[in-house]
Amino acid sequence: MKDKRGTSRKGGGNRNALSRRDFLRAGATVSGGLLAGESRAISAPAAPETQVLGPDEVPVTLRINGTENNVHMEPRVTLLDALRNHLDITGAKRVCDRGTCGACTVMIDGNPTYSCSVLAIEAQGHEITTIESLSDGTRFDPVIHAFVANDAQQCGFCTPGFVMACRAFLNKHPHPTLDQVKKGLSGNLCRCGTYHGVEHAVLEAAGMGHAGVMAPPGAPDRKS
Amino acid sequence: MITEPFGYHAPKSLSEAVRLVAQFGADGKVLAGGHSLIPLMKLRLASPKHLVDIGGISDLSYIREDGDEIQIGATTTHFRIESSDLLKTKCPLLPETAGEIGDAQVRNKGTMGGSLAHSDPAGDWPAAILALDAEIQAVSARGERWIPAREFFVDLLATALKGDEILTAIRLPALPSRAGDAYLKLHHPASGFAVVGAAARLVLGENGSIERAALGITGIGPKAYRAAAVESALAGKSPTTKRLEEASAHAADGVDANSDLYASAEYRSHLARVYTRRAIEKALERAQERTDGR
Ligand SMILES: Cc1cc2nc3c(=O)[nH]c(=O)nc-3n(C[C@H](O)[C@H](O)[C@H](O)COP(=O)(O)OP(=O)(O)OC[C@H]3O[C@@H](n4cnc5c(N)ncnc54)[C@H](O)[C@@H]3O)c2cc1C
Ligand code: FES
Ligand code: FES
Repeated sequence: MKDKRGTSRKGGGNRNALSRRDFLRAGATVSGGLLAGESRAISAPAAPETQVLGPDEVPVTLRINGTENNVHMEPRVTLLDALRNHLDITGAKRVCDRGTCGACTVMIDGNPTYSCSVLAIEAQGHEITTIESLSDGTRFDPVIHAFVANDAQQCGFCTPGFVMACRAFLNKHPHPTLDQVKKGLSGNLCRCGTYHGVEHAVLEAAGMGHAGVMAPPGAPDRKS
Repeated sequence: MITEPFGYHAPKSLSEAVRLVAQFGADGKVLAGGHSLIPLMKLRLASPKHLVDIGGISDLSYIREDGDEIQIGATTTHFRIESSDLLKTKCPLLPETAGEIGDAQVRNKGTMGGSLAHSDPAGDWPAAILALDAEIQAVSARGERWIPAREFFVDLLATALKGDEILTAIRLPALPSRAGDAYLKLHHPASGFAVVGAAARLVLGENGSIERAALGITGIGPKAYRAAAVESALAGKSPTTKRLEEASAHAADGVDANSDLYASAEYRSHLARVYTRRAIEKALERAQERTDGR
């Protein structure tokens, strides 16, 4: 099943997928052993200078929304799976799981990134920011307000990733044009087709100025 | 989707990375941005037993000017190239090309070296690198060498890199005076990759004729190529609309064009001609602006 899904991989896409796959198999040596064996065994000894990590569980420290988290996981665990399955931080969603749809978008050092296509172990030492940071439960980032006001979500499954992409985009382009918004957010897909609402939400949130957390309309502001 | 298990190595120096890559041979793979490799591993199209992550080697990520040359480290991200002020003035074709790659998320992680090493037939960098006559540095325990771009792309997903070599840098000439560049791309509507991408560099003579033209084309065949017939049809000629049109007609000469659901071989070849003409026109316009401006 995985293989079938594999053939529709979003890639170059200009050869039929079977021939690409056949090529990969045949050309494994050219590309440096793409299809190395199945064994779990790690054959070569670890270099003295560089510690080999895994393939079994290893300690991983992730700094998420300003807090350090120590967990044990295999090196093959993606940042998305680490967040969702190991840390119960479930805002980022898994949809395509291969860097296509943007539902898993988080910020790494302030840059929007597909967390499904980054290893958690690679993200150590970096500042990871998730959708959870945009609200304290009572107050919300202006982007979230603007999403509500502009009907920018329907089923809502793409929304956390979209909101993170919008926040990161606005941090870099505080006064964007509509064209910039469209190009800047092209990494996120919405099956419900809420793009129009999202674009307007970004423009409205830009007008709200700074990127602070603010109270929802009509709600008591606990912090003021 | 989850990859096969692997051992993860994060060397801090290039020499250490080179040693690990040689040690693991066909069992190992270099990890750069991971935006081609991780999806391939999840689909089990690649199952290395060892990943050598070169992302932590700080002196592989840089953009440097050295006289008339630009040198870029292999792990420099597409985004860093897209937003480099140095490159916007010294080699604008690079930021222009970088800005056309995927989307913001991809550009934040994907690297120039990773794209070249992967050599996707619809990747954007190969076209620009060919048009700029860049050279690609490969380092192994056996030493280092510079591979001319024209010799680098061998076949579908295959390059001149040997199994024990790490791609470490790309060097290319800065934009000369009286010259202009352009990269024009038709994005695949779903994947964003290039259905066709044409990178042009034109250098004008003192009398305004085309002294030299270089055309790199991606997306059409199994690998990116230089459109030699277009180049020779332009060299030494004055750039009339008719001549550009006639020269561009050779953009897919001798290329075994791909066919898929989105574009037949015939349509792809047509696109190659159209995008080549547009890229040349744009490069010419920019070359003329720069020439008049000084
Ligand atoms: C949604 C999506 C859209 C995309 N759209 C585009 C697009 O429009 N245009 C485009 O050009 N690309 C596109 N890409 C591909 C993207 O640019 C990748 O980042 C790039 O192809 C690979 O670079 P990387 O740094 O991620 O390499 P990795 O994925 O880490 O590695 C790719 C391959 O190269 C090898 N490798 C990497 N670095 C080195 C090195 N220094 N020396 C030796 N071998 C090395 C690896 O072992 C692996 O085999 C897209 C990717 C995604 C996920
Ligand atoms: S789940 Fe990561 S991009 Fe779709
Ligand atoms: S709101 Fe349903 S996928 Fe976007």
